[in-house]
Amino acid sequence: MAGPMKMRATLTGGYTDVRVLMSHPMATEQQTKGKPHFIQNLTVKVNGKTVLEGEISQAVSRNPVFSFRLQGGTKGDKIEVSWLDNKGDTNKTETAVA
Amino acid sequence: MIMQRRGLLGALAAVLAAGLLKPIAALAAWNKAAFASKSSGDALKSLGTQGTEASNAIVIDAPQIAENGAVVPIEVMSKIAGTTSIAVLVEKNPYPLVAKFDFMEGALPFVKINAKMGETSDVRVVATAGGKHYTATKEIKVTIGGCGG
Repeated sequence: MAGPMKMRATLTGGYTDVRVLMSHPMATEQQTKGKPHFIQNLTVKVNGKTVLEGEISQAVSRNPVFSFRLQGGTKGDKIEVSWLDNKGDTNKTETAVA
Repeated sequence: MIMQRRGLLGALAAVLAAGLLKPIAALAAWNKAAFASKSSGDALKSLGTQGTEASNAIVIDAPQIAENGAVVPIEVMSKIAGTTSIAVLVEKNPYPLVAKFDFMEGALPFVKINAKMGETSDVRVVATAGGKHYTATKEIKVTIGGCGG
């Protein structure tokens, strides 16, 4: 169920810009006749420390693109993004700041 | 007697079920009450972000007209110092609360997501900083809804 994830982290002036692409149907209640399937929790860790936590709903589009910014950052910082959906499926990806 | 025993069993089962379900819900924090709210007022109440103050330090970058309601890019940035949380709501969606983000040390109060919008609606953003809640809205016109099948 858990498709591939893609992530890119770029160091720009003063902050790190991170973009994550997740493969997920993000099916709403209306689309599934009451059996929605969507990501509920997002967690972002930098070098093992949680910096951002998100709770999202079925109103987020299919194959979500999620962007966020990190204060400062140095090349090689390890960023890990993981998600958990309402059926207990989970996936994560890791990248280094470029 | 039999009826009484049945009642007791039912009560026991209910207690067991409640006890068993709780740890599962505690695994990951997901504010079910807020996400199941059918009005943005109720959702904000469940999030504990009532008594918001309008602020122009919240920047919502989104198209004025979204041709496809299934994918509406919404970019939010808070310029309020010490912003710890941002919630995004689409007022006219069946369940208005789209997402809520908590920022800890190391993350900037910025986020971009794609949301589904059923119809033309105000997008409301609520930012929390230092225990106070600030809000801003932006109307997005939708030509094709994105919530149905």
